[in-house]
Amino acid sequence: MKSLEELKAIREKMQGQVGVRSADATDTRVVVGMATCGIASGARPVLNTLVNEVNEKKVENVTVTQTGCIGLCQYEPIVEVFEPGQEKITYVKVNPEKAKEIVEKHLIKGQRIEEYMLKKDADAKNYADFVKFDDK
Amino acid sequence: MYRAHVLVCGGTGCTSSGSAKIIESLHEELKKNDLTKEVAVVKTGCHGLCAEGPVMVIYPEAVFYSRVTVEDIPEIVSEHLLKGRIVKRLVYREAVSDEGIESLNDTVFYKKQTRIALRNCGVINPESIDEYIGTGGYEALGKVLTTMSPDDVIQTITDSGLRGRGGAGFPTGLKWKFASGNRGNVQKYVCCNADEGDPGAFMDRSVLEGDPHVVLEAMAIAGYAIGASQGYIYVRAEYPIAVERLKIAIGQAREYGLLGKDIFGSGFDFDIDLRLGAGAFVCGEETALMTSIEGNRGEPRPRPPFPAVKGLFGCPTILNNVETWANIPRIILNGPEWFASMGTEKSKGTKVFALGGKINNTGLVEIPMGTTLRTIVEEIGGGIPNGKKFKAAQTGGPSGGCIPAEHFDIPIDYDNLISIGSMMGSGGLIVMDEDTCMVDIAKFFLQFTVDESCGKCTPCRVGTKRMLEILEKITDGRGTVEDIDKLEELCYYIKENAQCGLGQTAPNPVLSTLRYFRDEYMEHVVNKRCPAGVCKKLVTYKIDPDMCKGCTLCARNCPVNAITGEPKVPHKIKLDQCIKCGTCIENCRFGAIYIE
Repeated sequence: MKSLEELKAIREKMQGQVGVRSADATDTRVVVGMATCGIASGARPVLNTLVNEVNEKKVENVTVTQTGCIGLCQYEPIVEVFEPGQEKITYVKVNPEKAKEIVEKHLIKGQRIEEYMLKKDADAKNYADFVKFDDK
Repeated sequence: MYRAHVLVCGGTGCTSSGSAKIIESLHEELKKNDLTKEVAVVKTGCHGLCAEGPVMVIYPEAVFYSRVTVEDIPEIVSEHLLKGRIVKRLVYREAVSDEGIESLNDTVFYKKQTRIALRNCGVINPESIDEYIGTGGYEALGKVLTTMSPDDVIQTITDSGLRGRGGAGFPTGLKWKFASGNRGNVQKYVCCNADEGDPGAFMDRSVLEGDPHVVLEAMAIAGYAIGASQGYIYVRAEYPIAVERLKIAIGQAREYGLLGKDIFGSGFDFDIDLRLGAGAFVCGEETALMTSIEGNRGEPRPRPPFPAVKGLFGCPTILNNVETWANIPRIILNGPEWFASMGTEKSKGTKVFALGGKINNTGLVEIPMGTTLRTIVEEIGGGIPNGKKFKAAQTGGPSGGCIPAEHFDIPIDYDNLISIGSMMGSGGLIVMDEDTCMVDIAKFFLQFTVDESCGKCTPCRVGTKRMLEILEKITDGRGTVEDIDKLEELCYYIKENAQCGLGQTAPNPVLSTLRYFRDEYMEHVVNKRCPAGVCKKLVTYKIDPDMCKGCTLCARNCPVNAITGEPKVPHKIKLDQCIKCGTCIENCRFGAIYIE
């Protein structure tokens, strides 16, 4: 090791790895439904794409994780984005291409992608109510 | 890129409860589920909650699983790692609340802790230098070599208020300053004391096992500060995992050029070698340690001259404890003000304690100086098992003393502990409940010192032996009031006249128990009674005829057939045959057997 730059390069390379190991409440959480229904409709490639994209594009303060059945099996694969202090955004029928777009537009630029989102009616109180709406 | 990280503890505690097999099984199950490219398995150092081992943390959710068995692994892999459903029944019980699963850092055990020396323990793979660098490792060394003068480094450490974590609490910056003269013209050495010997203390082992590079980095920083080019780590051979990981770490650091010639192109050379101790307690004393590194029999030598003037091989030397070293890089990076903002007026920063004895959460904790004993025992430690009452805590091992319940709320720092007759010591904290006999405890520690006295000076070699004989006389019921006075006199004599720290502090356990529990000593010599029911020669086992149902269980389990009686008739103990082993009490279902 002859220079600080070399050290910095290793640190940056490793940060994505070691950085996962913190449970910071201020992080944006991206959650992928990975129950049997999710996996069957292709949630695993979506999850892996999200993890890789977030790491490659060095998006900071974002945790990609998984959860069980969200309860909307016909919309799987589902990706939920929880931003601190904001309402949850739910993307439905996601595939790896859409996942890349979500990282690029939503996580990096802060633009929600309306067309992939679960439509929410003003009166809907819970997911059971959503199911009635727009199956596009 | 892995989406999930499974961190399995590979410290000594969890290794002995089977974590190596768990790692093996994890790899197999991940392979079966085709997850090897998505999930990383990392063997880390100690997480601190040794009582709940083997422990495992899965990120990014930060779910803490405790008491995991090999049989649980298929479920964890298929449920948690594949489907994202947390296996609730295996989650550490403190982290499960009505609202669901709490984050690890919100549990009582971790919430009250501040982890500086232990910051990487249980977080990184100690056998990977890249992971250490990933958490900011070797940046402090880089900063020191490229932007600071050696005097700046010493000033920074002095300003931080860091004191030696080995026990005595000597200001670290001052120690470095004493050895800093004449840089570049004389050979000097930097040593690490990893000869942790206090019964019940294992914080140094955990740092070495969980984060070995931090010690190497800190020693190199000190080498630059005082002008030394060679370091030695003196580590006990009884710590095989620590030794192995240190060897790996030194190899990796040399490969990266973080040890060796011209580090960071600054012209500074520094290398480190390991020396294994053969298990003598006295070798934790600084001059004995250096004598042992030199290849001689580990015996202390008189001070002065102090090691800073004439230490290893007759050269100026600084020697610091593992935990002291573990604080150095953070002080350099975060600044002395940051460190000095924690703790009490004269004791800055944090201290690691190894909790043991009668306490629920046996393990390793790091708390800011000034935390009360009550917080450590009742909150972080999870209280005393079986609803028993707190009687005292022993700090400082065989060199320290006990803290009785009346000082439960004293803020723990170096000076407060000394003022109540104990000492910080390296950080072993043994909790005792009402079933502990204080005379017996004093005898236990003295037995240890007698075994470990090197024999060089008479007060220690002969004096401690005589003390032990008096204590044995007392616990055997042959003691007199004069014996207690004689014992006390001998304590002060040894304290003043022994050559090294071992002998000078050996009477402390006796002095402090005499100070706070003199009535217990008196009870032993006047009434020939052991109030806690521990000293075998002073107790008798009895069966309460009203409670005994005559079930014969005690009689059948008695190893010496000392219990007689017909079925359904209250039994009796033949006192002349009873060896007071306690087997009958353990077996009685009616609580009919008692100690008097």
